[in-house]
Amino acid sequence: MSTLTQFDVLAIRREFPILQQEVHGHRLAFLDSAASSQKPRQVIDCLEDYYRRYNANVHRGVYKFSEEATFAYERARGKVARFIGAASQREIIFTRNTTEAINLVAQTWGATNLRPGDRILLSLMEHHSNIVPWQMIAQRTGAILDYLSIDGEGRLVLEELDQKLTEQTKLVALTHQSNMLGTINPVRMIAERAHAVGAVMLVDGAQSVPHMPVNVAELGCDFLAFSGHKMCAPTGIGVLWGRRKLLEAMPPFLGGGSMIKVVELNQSTYADVPARFEAGTPAIGEAIALGEAIDYLSAIGMEAIYQHEVELMAYALERLGNVPGLTLYGPLTTEQRGGAFSFTLEGVHPHDVAAILDGQGIAVRAGHHCTQPLHRHFDVPATTRASFYIYNLPEEVDRLAVGLEKASKLFQ
Amino acid sequence: MDDLYQQQILEHAKYPHNFGRLEEPDISHEEHNPLCGDRVRIELLIENDIITNVRFEGRGCAISQASASLLTDELKGMPVEAAKVFRKEELLDLIGIPLTRNPTRLKCALLSLKALKAGLYGIDHLNEDDDDL
Repeated sequence: MSTLTQFDVLAIRREFPILQQEVHGHRLAFLDSAASSQKPRQVIDCLEDYYRRYNANVHRGVYKFSEEATFAYERARGKVARFIGAASQREIIFTRNTTEAINLVAQTWGATNLRPGDRILLSLMEHHSNIVPWQMIAQRTGAILDYLSIDGEGRLVLEELDQKLTEQTKLVALTHQSNMLGTINPVRMIAERAHAVGAVMLVDGAQSVPHMPVNVAELGCDFLAFSGHKMCAPTGIGVLWGRRKLLEAMPPFLGGGSMIKVVELNQSTYADVPARFEAGTPAIGEAIALGEAIDYLSAIGMEAIYQHEVELMAYALERLGNVPGLTLYGPLTTEQRGGAFSFTLEGVHPHDVAAILDGQGIAVRAGHHCTQPLHRHFDVPATTRASFYIYNLPEEVDRLAVGLEKASKLFQ
Repeated sequence: MDDLYQQQILEHAKYPHNFGRLEEPDISHEEHNPLCGDRVRIELLIENDIITNVRFEGRGCAISQASASLLTDELKGMPVEAAKVFRKEELLDLIGIPLTRNPTRLKCALLSLKALKAGLYGIDHLNEDDDDL
């Protein structure tokens, strides 16, 4: 396969210490970045540098290390803001991950804005983290959940917007890119439609922000949630972006240190955003390392990363199309589609597929990928998923195809 | 990892013994593994405190289905009291593949035993992390 990739993938691979290892005697083919990406040396070094050289709690410390840590932590916030085109770095709230970011909106914005009979519009392709928090707040407030259906190719049935997006809809929460199908959703159009009926739009960017240029001003959404660990940063650090007006009207999420102005015995006043939503000591080194990961990805270029994955996906669609007994779920073209895909192999359970591939040094994921409603829709209990990132090569697609043929043969 | 898929496992997975349902079972119990969607239902016919017939039904990975096939072979003719204390080590011996360092697949392998125990003790569902069995 000729490649049009604008960066040197082999050079990038050398930046990732983990990829230099052998697994069961084979070179590691890591095809599970949709679950969590690997980390380049630059990010690992940055994290280590914080813990070795200037580890200290942020804010209020007047000694050198604390000032240095605070400066680096807040600089990382600025990097995140620029990376996603936020109007101000005050709109960036550090969370643990996408899940916590969505729960924060549900428990604060949701608790104060949802009334009995109000409707929340989701889709059938949401990750559990963009379903369960809404179920929880719906049960508390009496709000009702609606779901956009998907068609046979795994795309949203947009015609349903006419009937499911109404004046009663107060919030639309939608994934930008499906973690199981790879489908990229037209969030900009849906945000416009949501605003037209007065609803607020939250975008789950866990699978899009690491893989393509994402600009909140262009998307026109109101909230964006994503995780650091899927974009070369450590675990334990995620982001909620929200429009400042919305954030300022929201009550606190967790109570504790850092989120207050004045604490009296029976009441407190709360800090301004974003501190109001960052109770307790945050993941300081991890946030700084997220900033470093953003520098790393930006130097490669998000558009180039997206193109690289589209090329790998195009090759995968072609190559895996020749594997007998393979059923692919999701779009069969690279049109509005990212580099993650799920499949079943006739006669072989997804768990066995993954175990046999592991034996050849190929890391994929098997299970329901936190999308049980979507698996029920396709009437399969589980699938195997492969996903790409900057360090993947076409030859890894070949190894995957050969591995699948081997699994088929073993179970024939 | 290929040693997971030894001939015995593949044979039992492809052609499971005692597969299906009993007409009037004395005990019928299903357990599932929410992590991977595997399901195993075990049905027993009991006469004079002896398991006289057994069937299983399920869907899942080769390990979970082969394990159920092997376990049901073993249960035929076994006193209920013996089945109640059938140990997981005994089942792992029957399966004959190294799983102790592979906790995820261990859950697959022990799903049938979990269904058996929960059925015999009349428990709705055993806790997911209940590895005592």
